[in-house]
Amino acid sequence: MTSLSISHGHVAADMLPAREAPPIKRVPIVKMLFGDVMSAALTAGALVTVLALMPALKWGFVDATWATADPAACRAGGACWAFIGAKLRFILFGLYPPEEQWRPMMMMGLMVLMVLVSLSPALWGRKLVTAWLAGVAMMLGLMWGGFAGLPFVPTSQWGGLPVTLLLALLSLGCGFPFAVFLALGRRSSLPIPRFLSVGLIETIRGLPLVGLLFVASILLPLLLPPTWTIDKLGRTFAALTVFAAAYLAEVIRGGLQAIPSGQVEAAKALGIPHWKAIQHIVMPQAIQKVIPPLTNTAIVMVKNTSLVMIVGVFDMLSAGRSAAMDPVWPAPYREAYLFVGLIYFALCVAIAYYARWLELRVKAKDYR
Amino acid sequence: MMSAEKPSNREPSAIAIRNLDKWYGTYHALRNVTLSVKPGERIVICGPSGSGKSTLIRCVNHLEEHQQGEIVVNGVTLNDSLKNIDAIRRDVGMVFQHFNLFPHLTVLENCALPQILSRGTPRKLAEERGMQLLERVRIPEQALKYPGQLSGGQQQRVAIARALCMSPKIMLFDEPTSALDPEMVKEVLDTMVALAEEGMTMIVVTHEMGFARRVADRVVFMDRGAIVESSAPDAFFDAPTHERTKSFLSQIVH
Ligand SMILES: Nc1ncnc2c1ncn2[C@@H]1O[C@H](COP(=O)(O)OP(=O)(O)OP(=O)(O)O)[C@@H](O)[C@H]1O
Ligand SMILES: [Mg+2]
Repeated sequence: MTSLSISHGHVAADMLPAREAPPIKRVPIVKMLFGDVMSAALTAGALVTVLALMPALKWGFVDATWATADPAACRAGGACWAFIGAKLRFILFGLYPPEEQWRPMMMMGLMVLMVLVSLSPALWGRKLVTAWLAGVAMMLGLMWGGFAGLPFVPTSQWGGLPVTLLLALLSLGCGFPFAVFLALGRRSSLPIPRFLSVGLIETIRGLPLVGLLFVASILLPLLLPPTWTIDKLGRTFAALTVFAAAYLAEVIRGGLQAIPSGQVEAAKALGIPHWKAIQHIVMPQAIQKVIPPLTNTAIVMVKNTSLVMIVGVFDMLSAGRSAAMDPVWPAPYREAYLFVGLIYFALCVAIAYYARWLELRVKAKDYR
Repeated sequence: MMSAEKPSNREPSAIAIRNLDKWYGTYHALRNVTLSVKPGERIVICGPSGSGKSTLIRCVNHLEEHQQGEIVVNGVTLNDSLKNIDAIRRDVGMVFQHFNLFPHLTVLENCALPQILSRGTPRKLAEERGMQLLERVRIPEQALKYPGQLSGGQQQRVAIARALCMSPKIMLFDEPTSALDPEMVKEVLDTMVALAEEGMTMIVVTHEMGFARRVADRVVFMDRGAIVESSAPDAFFDAPTHERTKSFLSQIVH
């Protein structure tokens, strides 16, 4: 019946036979590579780069020693990847007692699991925050031990990837709520919150992170009464957190500025209390608007954790460096740094892709 | 004390505005405005751009603060008391020119969340009421879409449904159709006519003269922050008394 009515209504459409789509225009490959000045320059540049990289590739792959138990077997002209294999445990876990190594491994497993569960915004809410508080307590408990038969491991023995991950995740996670209040304070019409927020943000942004880390790890213990002993990892964590908070606050403030005043007015007219309107109407929109710069800050913070090395916290970069100092191996600094760099790269790329996916999800809501 | 001060009208006003003055900085935006709206009455306000129409109705639910004069809504005086402001906003719904829907929430959540946040209504009840009102403005099938995925007319009807979810006794409309393409104006006006026929007290800022003639009990003409003329629609359109009203009407009719 449907087809009948269609053929009645659209006789003309029926008479026009369907035709095949015209063939896709192919651009000759020579034209693609050298078609105009720009392409030609890029092609030439790429060729030069590849040629310049040839020795490095030869070093890294062709002449490399991939596996050997004997450090002397590493050839002079090639990369000694066998070193990474031999020192993997040390680079990843630092000075953590080898027989307790399952604990940082389990901690990282828990962290990855929780991060995966938290990816979908559909689950974001009070329950997830509670789950994270419990999760972080478990992670720290696993690392510290000192209960249920787990031997106590002081933070001075923590090291490697778990320290890098914990510092990055916790400084961002704890910095974020502070950042929200700093951003709100900076836009507040009340003078005291505004001056406090501006003062804090500008002070912290005006200091280099290295300086902040020195203050936290060296100056602070001198200034505080001697009975106050906060361990070094805790102090560097605090410094990273305030640093993250200041930068995140400025990003969030940008988002708040982009929310039209009509949103708050509609909330007021509907009788929604001010703080609930901020929480449910203004903040979610503000944060959705600044996903790209938030991602940027998150990536910068992940890499910033490597600076804790200079105040003697044993993160992954420090672990890689000390591993390469082992005189048994032929000074494999390049290999160690490349390997550690690869891990940072993987972390940052993962964050970037996740952010892109989030942004697409947000865009799908308003296609106009 | 408040009731003792009130003049003994036979019928209490839904909205009583007396000798209202408002300044934006040094700019005198409302000048000695007095307007009283009876329950169930429909008022249309018109006037040239910048004459203070929006300012006036935004003062009623305290989106703007007035400096002198008095606003009493259903017996509650609008002053600095947050309790009074809350009470008045509970009774007064508002529809904006640019809809002001919450873009990060679905249409249904737009209707349900305000009830949850301002009244503590359980989510299930709030959503049921949201669906009821979406049916009343005839777009229940859009409930799970986001505002950005709807046409302007549909968005404005959602905004009306969202306001009605709070069971207001009075509705304020600030040029609800002037941001819409012509073919969508009618669907929004039809919704408003239906609301008027149910007896809602309404103040509507609009230049839709057909709507004013059909629905309004009174048309108020404002110019330069003051009410110039106020009369029944037929008298207003066919026999305006003031020069400024005449010239304004000649401008919008042609
Ligand atoms: N927030 C504000 N700050 C300063 N001046 C304002 C503000 N809002 C409005 N005004 C001024 O007050 C006057 C009245 O504005 P209002 O928006 O009430 O006019 P209107 O009659 O609604 O005009 P329109 O038809 O263009 O909407 C205008 O001159 C406007 O410039
Ligand atoms: Mg206006």
